[in-house]
Amino acid sequence: MAIDFKLSESIDTQRQMTQMVAEQMMRPVSRHFDEHEHDIPWDYINAMWPIMRQNPMFGVVDKPETAVDPNKPKKPKTGNVRMVHLIEALSWGDAGIYLTTPGGALGGAAVAAAGTSEQKSRFLARFADSETPVWGSMAMTEPQAGSDTSAIRTTAVRDGDSWILNGEKIYCTGGRLSLEESQGLVVVWATVDPKLGRAGMKAFVVEAGTPGMEVTKLEHKMGIRASDTAAVVFTDCRIPFDNVLGNPEIPKPEAPAASADAPKGFKGAMKTFDATRPAVAASALGIARAALELLREQLTAAGVAIRDDVPVHEMSAVERDLLELEAQHKAAWLLTLKAAWMMDSGEANTVEASACKVKAGEAATVITQKAVELLGPLGYTRELLAEKWMRDAKINDIFEGTGQINRLIIARRILGFSSRELK
Amino acid sequence: MISFSPSEEQALIVDTLKRFAKDRLRSIFREADENGELPADLLNKGWELGLVGSSIPEQYGGFGEFSAVTGALALEELAWGDLASALALSAPASFAFAVLAAGTEAQREALLPQFSEERFVNATSALIEPRLQFNPRKLQTTATSDGDGYVLNGVKSYVPLASSAEHFLIYAAEDGQTQAFIVPAKTAGLSVGEREKLMGVRALEVARVTLDNVKVAADAKLGGEAGIDFGRLYARSQVALSALAIGVARGAYEYALDYARNRQTFGEAIGQRQSIAFMLAEMLVEIDGARLMVWEAAWKLDNNQEVTRDALMTKHNADKTVLMVCDRALQILGGHGYIREFPVELWLRNARGFTTFDGLAMV
Repeated sequence: MAIDFKLSESIDTQRQMTQMVAEQMMRPVSRHFDEHEHDIPWDYINAMWPIMRQNPMFGVVDKPETAVDPNKPKKPKTGNVRMVHLIEALSWGDAGIYLTTPGGALGGAAVAAAGTSEQKSRFLARFADSETPVWGSMAMTEPQAGSDTSAIRTTAVRDGDSWILNGEKIYCTGGRLSLEESQGLVVVWATVDPKLGRAGMKAFVVEAGTPGMEVTKLEHKMGIRASDTAAVVFTDCRIPFDNVLGNPEIPKPEAPAASADAPKGFKGAMKTFDATRPAVAASALGIARAALELLREQLTAAGVAIRDDVPVHEMSAVERDLLELEAQHKAAWLLTLKAAWMMDSGEANTVEASACKVKAGEAATVITQKAVELLGPLGYTRELLAEKWMRDAKINDIFEGTGQINRLIIARRILGFSSRELK
Repeated sequence: MISFSPSEEQALIVDTLKRFAKDRLRSIFREADENGELPADLLNKGWELGLVGSSIPEQYGGFGEFSAVTGALALEELAWGDLASALALSAPASFAFAVLAAGTEAQREALLPQFSEERFVNATSALIEPRLQFNPRKLQTTATSDGDGYVLNGVKSYVPLASSAEHFLIYAAEDGQTQAFIVPAKTAGLSVGEREKLMGVRALEVARVTLDNVKVAADAKLGGEAGIDFGRLYARSQVALSALAIGVARGAYEYALDYARNRQTFGEAIGQRQSIAFMLAEMLVEIDGARLMVWEAAWKLDNNQEVTRDALMTKHNADKTVLMVCDRALQILGGHGYIREFPVELWLRNARGFTTFDGLAMV
């Protein structure tokens, strides 16, 4: 091994093909699905499904290694490096439509990370076998519980061979696609005992069509309007006992488990963030690249010089702005790539996953906002896509952990403080 | 294939330099700054690490392969130890690496073997000129063709180790293009002025060098008649300086992190407050991002890829990062940050220099 920035040919080819999909299938309809919120981009979805069935973007179950030759060096994994490249390219096309890409998404990723092999085959098979598109999703946020997952109030009560879920989930990305438009699933976070805080938190898989589960509302959003953000209500929703991810044991209330001893289900599913934060960062940076390219193109067309061979003090303000935006973009992308590579290498990457999310969320926000400014009257009009990208980009500094939560995660790790010591 | 893990050889070099930086540089840097000079044996000790020789191929008497990535890794460690020392050790490297990258075969054969010998070779480069709007691509120092050679005229500043240098690489404009000329110290018309007094890196000796009708032979021009691709050399310098900036930033960050963990106010560590903790988190993010930009630009240099904009971005970002990180580190230390018993004010003074340090290091 050595430090190397050369992308493997296989991923590079897939990246180029994905970029073509973005150009030809997403960009032409980008404005339509922004202006017609909750229309479903079926053309894109149906075109992507055969590809995603073969090669899911994430929520992948590792393929069993056949006939392992112990003398042969193990082939390094590249799934996460591949994923960030594809997500970046799709989000360059349209970040809202990208979120409708069929497959397991966050729900599939949680099952893959924390499920038993029985659960993986029972829940994930549909993402390869189904003839029609299928989606997975994750339901964590509640009206009174966002970043503070210990405040979750949705309950799961054991009843013989079942769990009974009650509560209201909001901000479930792709909830309608997974529960109403396909035979998909949602991974629901619920507490088996609110008194236990985080230790009582478990993740449950609920399949589409389960009685007692209902999509009650689709949010109207500033951006990523092609993607549905659903409220899902559970009313005495009965699911099989085996649908709990990880350790099914209910901790004893008299001895609340310290966070270090929390059941693996919670930790396992939390680990999905180590993969999904780079994914969100990649999406942010796809949007940012779109904005930077448009900005460069328009500035050049307007005769604004963009020079590489003059000192910064000789540059115009606009030239300097562009240089700084491109540098932010580059730094964020390399952080994202590194976090994904670490995941593939089996290295603990919690700090890096949060770091790339912090940097990319902020970079995409600043880049797209600045692009609208620098494009002047062209930037603010809905004739160009710059204003849409600015609206789309902002979500990346919020979902999968706000910039602030991710700073907190990094700070606790580098300082060695617990969540109690550094609130 | 994408990888962020250094090779075994690189890891070994980093390890050696980490130890050197910790034992040799961190033990002397404050005193050296106060005294305005490096300990007498420091450059020889640094030389023993074989930093230059290990980057020169065997055919020129060296014992290694040149790699900008390895160079960047090495410079970060040295600068973590002490920037003034790192820049002093960089002076001969900037000379040698420019000759290796852009020299003619004859120039390489004549000049490079000495860099693999035991004795510290005092060779240095002169790019910066003392004026407000300095532009390395529009130098005021001129080289004029004069029959069978060149005549150099002008004033250079920030020339490291100038008073004792044996060889200078003088950058000068020939017909508006930046070229480099190999000038021995004893050449008539070349004079080393008084030492320049800087805000930071005070242990590094820098001086102005005046060129008054300095006549050099035609083969003194680096790269021969065709000259050099200055943009490429300049990019090497930008990447090297960025790597040094990362080293300084990392040192300040680590110090502030440790301080924030331990310093108690109102019954708890200051790092337990988000206002401090978030600053540290952002410092880490910026340092890591800036470092990866250095690595990628260096990798592109090693792979002969176009790198002009990458190097510009990398340097601009590293300049901003090191200043931000050192300023915050000082702020986290509060009053202690401002006191010279603590190292952070020194690092902030050093950090401010990076936007000025042009051509002082090379990978």
